[in-house]
Amino acid sequence: MNWFIRAFSSSIGKKQIMAVTGLAFCLFVTFHLLGNLTVYAGRDSFLSYVKHLHSWQWLVTAAEWILLFFAVLHISIGLLLFFENLRARPVRYAVKKSAGGRTIGSATEPYTGLLILGFIVVHLLKFRFVDKTGTNDFVILSHTFSHWGWVLFYIVGVIIVAVHISHGLWSGFQTLGVNHPKYMPFIRRFGTVLSFVIGAGFASIPVLIIFTR
Amino acid sequence: MSKTINLTLKVWRQKGPEDKGHFETYEAKDISTDLSFLEMLDLVNEKITLEGKDPIAFDNDCREGICGMCGAMVNGIAHGPQKATTLCQLHMRHFEDGEIVVIEPWRARPFKIIKDLVVDRSPFDKIIQSGGYISVNTGSAPEANTIPVPAQKAELAMDAAACIGCGACVAACPNASAMLFVGAKISHLALLPQGRPEAAKRALSMLRKMDELGFGNCSNETECEAVCPKEISITNIARFNREYLKASFGSSEK
Ligand code: FES
Repeated sequence: MNWFIRAFSSSIGKKQIMAVTGLAFCLFVTFHLLGNLTVYAGRDSFLSYVKHLHSWQWLVTAAEWILLFFAVLHISIGLLLFFENLRARPVRYAVKKSAGGRTIGSATEPYTGLLILGFIVVHLLKFRFVDKTGTNDFVILSHTFSHWGWVLFYIVGVIIVAVHISHGLWSGFQTLGVNHPKYMPFIRRFGTVLSFVIGAGFASIPVLIIFTR
Repeated sequence: MSKTINLTLKVWRQKGPEDKGHFETYEAKDISTDLSFLEMLDLVNEKITLEGKDPIAFDNDCREGICGMCGAMVNGIAHGPQKATTLCQLHMRHFEDGEIVVIEPWRARPFKIIKDLVVDRSPFDKIIQSGGYISVNTGSAPEANTIPVPAQKAELAMDAAACIGCGACVAACPNASAMLFVGAKISHLALLPQGRPEAAKRALSMLRKMDELGFGNCSNETECEAVCPKEISITNIARFNREYLKASFGSSEK
């Protein structure tokens, strides 16, 4: 097993863990969004989606544990890489400009990551780890988003997620070595489109609720 | 008739590796816009020397953009504002009259400052020594066309081999990562049949050396590609990532 651990403890190895876990999260948020969009068809379809999802309880539980495991990896290795990178340049430049490579997403990746962690903790406390006896997910949803404060909190939260994805998706492919003259332009564009769809899609839900409640 | 401009230079001065270093201001007067950046520094140095002071130390050799010795951060950009250009090939016509120009050395933990703008880039040599070569028996040169190389592969290998090892990629990288340099060196050998037998070993040992020397981790900011005087593409970094995956999981190399 020694070679296995060694493979993942190098700089590229650590980044490849970041890439695999990050791309898994991209997949997850995409399905999460698709499910949530059932709310556009009304209360009943949303609740029926929730019911159907939880009829595969073992699968949901398994997915949750995997996501938790991936999150622990992604966050701890991400922090490690961040501090290693700070150490790699002990004396900073007095003047440093971008030569045109960086984007908002790439320059803020570690910070948006930490903000997302905070956002997810609040989100889980709000919707996942709550007592659902005598109520249902739709009631919790419409109750939460009857407050402008929560609506704004979620809009800002998903915008941060979108910014993170705008760099993370193509970066993940690049780290896994998938940079091909035929596919890379598509992957980069797909990353931009996906981050926009995720941001706009999730942000539209609280807006919909507060206006139609 | 060439135009002349006046500049204010803020130059990093540091007596030696242990010195703390500071910025010093110099007036560069009547600089012809036909001069190269290093020729401009030569003129400033002449004046400093006549004043009996220590001239600004900077690295250079060919002054033709081919050796990789020169380089400094000019107003926060490695090799200055002109794309695909080494500092020695940067000309003063790209500067405005009255401009303030900040000149700093490459900064990265593995690159120790020797003096002023001169940095020790021998960590690059150590990476090459760890595997950036092919092993062949000495003797008379083999017949050139014994091993066929597809033209397209040869072109890609040549593109990667254009790297002059100046260190601008490390200097420009927000993480002080050497992935573009190592990616280029890995690629130009991995693309050729002569480089394949040792490809796995090379990928592992060069990466380990790079990590050991204290370079940062690439986060695909692509700043390296933007400043590279030889326009080395980040597809070489992806190839390095691929070679690493292959070496780790598909070879018997440990
Ligand atoms: S001095 Fe040789 S590349 Fe600039």
